[in-house]
Amino acid sequence: MSLLSLNQMKTSIGQYHVLHDVTFEVPEGGVFVLLGRNGAGKTTTLRSIMGLWKPSPGSVHFKGEEISGLHASDIARKGIAFVPENMGVFGGLTVEENLVLATANGKFDAQRLKRIYQLFPALEQFWTKQAWSLSGGQKQMLAVARAIIEPRELILIDEPTKGLAPSIIDGMAEAFAEIGQSTTILLVEQNFNFAKRLGRGMAVIDDGHIAHTGSMADFAADTTLQEQLLSLSS
Amino acid sequence: MNQLSQTLERFGGVYLLPVFVGLIAFVLIGAPSSWVTLTVAGLSMGMMIFLMASGLSLIFGLMDVLNFGHSAFISFGAFVSASALAYMSGWLGADNIALNLIALFLAFGAALAFGLVAGWFFEVVIIKPVYHDHLRQILITMGALIVSEQIILAVWGGAPVTVPRPAFLEGSWLFGDVTVEIYRAFAFALGLAVYIALYFVLKRTRIGLLIRAGVENREMVEALGFKINRLFVGVFMVGSALAALGGAMWAGYETLITPALGGEMMIVVFIVVIIGGLGSVEGTLLGAIMVGLIANYIGFLAPKLALASNMLLMMAILLWRPSGLKPAVK
Repeated sequence: MSLLSLNQMKTSIGQYHVLHDVTFEVPEGGVFVLLGRNGAGKTTTLRSIMGLWKPSPGSVHFKGEEISGLHASDIARKGIAFVPENMGVFGGLTVEENLVLATANGKFDAQRLKRIYQLFPALEQFWTKQAWSLSGGQKQMLAVARAIIEPRELILIDEPTKGLAPSIIDGMAEAFAEIGQSTTILLVEQNFNFAKRLGRGMAVIDDGHIAHTGSMADFAADTTLQEQLLSLSS
Repeated sequence: MNQLSQTLERFGGVYLLPVFVGLIAFVLIGAPSSWVTLTVAGLSMGMMIFLMASGLSLIFGLMDVLNFGHSAFISFGAFVSASALAYMSGWLGADNIALNLIALFLAFGAALAFGLVAGWFFEVVIIKPVYHDHLRQILITMGALIVSEQIILAVWGGAPVTVPRPAFLEGSWLFGDVTVEIYRAFAFALGLAVYIALYFVLKRTRIGLLIRAGVENREMVEALGFKINRLFVGVFMVGSALAALGGAMWAGYETLITPALGGEMMIVVFIVVIIGGLGSVEGTLLGAIMVGLIANYIGFLAPKLALASNMLLMMAILLWRPSGLKPAVK
């Protein structure tokens, strides 16, 4: 059974129908990538899964249980974390406060904190700094660390490489590969080179519809399909 | 402007503004005893306004709600407290500080309890249906303010109500030729105590952490697993209760109150919140102290400008810092 399954998900924002028919399944474990052009509906898909925008009833199932229509806080408590495109870090809070807010009871698990320090050493260095003073890459590290400070079964990550320097992106790829060994990641990404390094399964969304699903290895090998669906030239 | 900002930051930032204002006033006033009296009056007035405004700032910052009905809680706090004090006039007039204090804090407790319950009712019945719609928020909360004034007229009548003060807060302390009114010193101390308590809750507790995070990004707080609507209700209740406490303190300060009190205070409270920066308790305190000091200094130096002083202060600060002196990080 898949961990997350979307079945003909439709989402409207105001009078605009953004998602018309989004159907795909995310298997348990590893990184599953959702690709698509600008405005195709990638972010809306993640936000709809998270309950931040209301999808059509019966269209999202997590571990076999319907979650469409639930409040975002209830979805989070079921074990889904969200790293939004703008990172969503709380600038007026310190790094420590950002992380402690994401813990279940206000206390850190020592092992998890150690793992975070290993993945993102900068966070330990800037532990008491307010998040607004961090660089873009450090904010992204904090946003991802916040998603794994508690055990989660699924992490939704929206365009984590946007605006980051290549050296930071490499570090981020290594961190995601490591996190993906114990947690499932649904990654929305426009940077195809980054996505193909990490993804096992993938889907392409175009104009609110799923245009293609399959393995990342097959898609990476098919330049014609890439050109057709993502306008990528080899 | 940028150069002024940078120089100010080097010497302690905007927190030094009241000190600068005080120093300039000292030079202009000339007489040290008058200056001390005016400064104490300004600080105590600022602390009472802080009590009234802090809740509004948090409510706007966290909930994005423009609550023009906030000053109704100020009015009700003043009238509920005045009635409670009048009921306990025997204890208030007794030559016994313990009895005076019990009566005073029971009256404040009544105002706070009213603010909590009325705040809950107001949030659930009036505010909740108009979340995310500023125009309807303004209309419905202005309407609620008018209705509340009519309720006060119906219950307490249109004549000014005299507010008795406890015996131990009557009179003044004399330090040489400096006069300090005891009630003003008490108002300052109580306001400071409330600020310290608020600061502790916001900086040292998990609820405070959630409120600060919610002021910045409500959606992300929900995505972390917290039901922000419950936080909204709690913050609204506390904000309303603080306004009621501020109203109770103000009633004792004025000693004569009318149903128009809320409407009169609304403008000052909004000016303070805008000057301080929305969503920030530190900013609200700073804005309230600035307004209190300027109102007293200008009232002494150029009485004809007293009414306009708050507006001029707001214009000057917004030209310099459009988001206010110490806004919450957004």
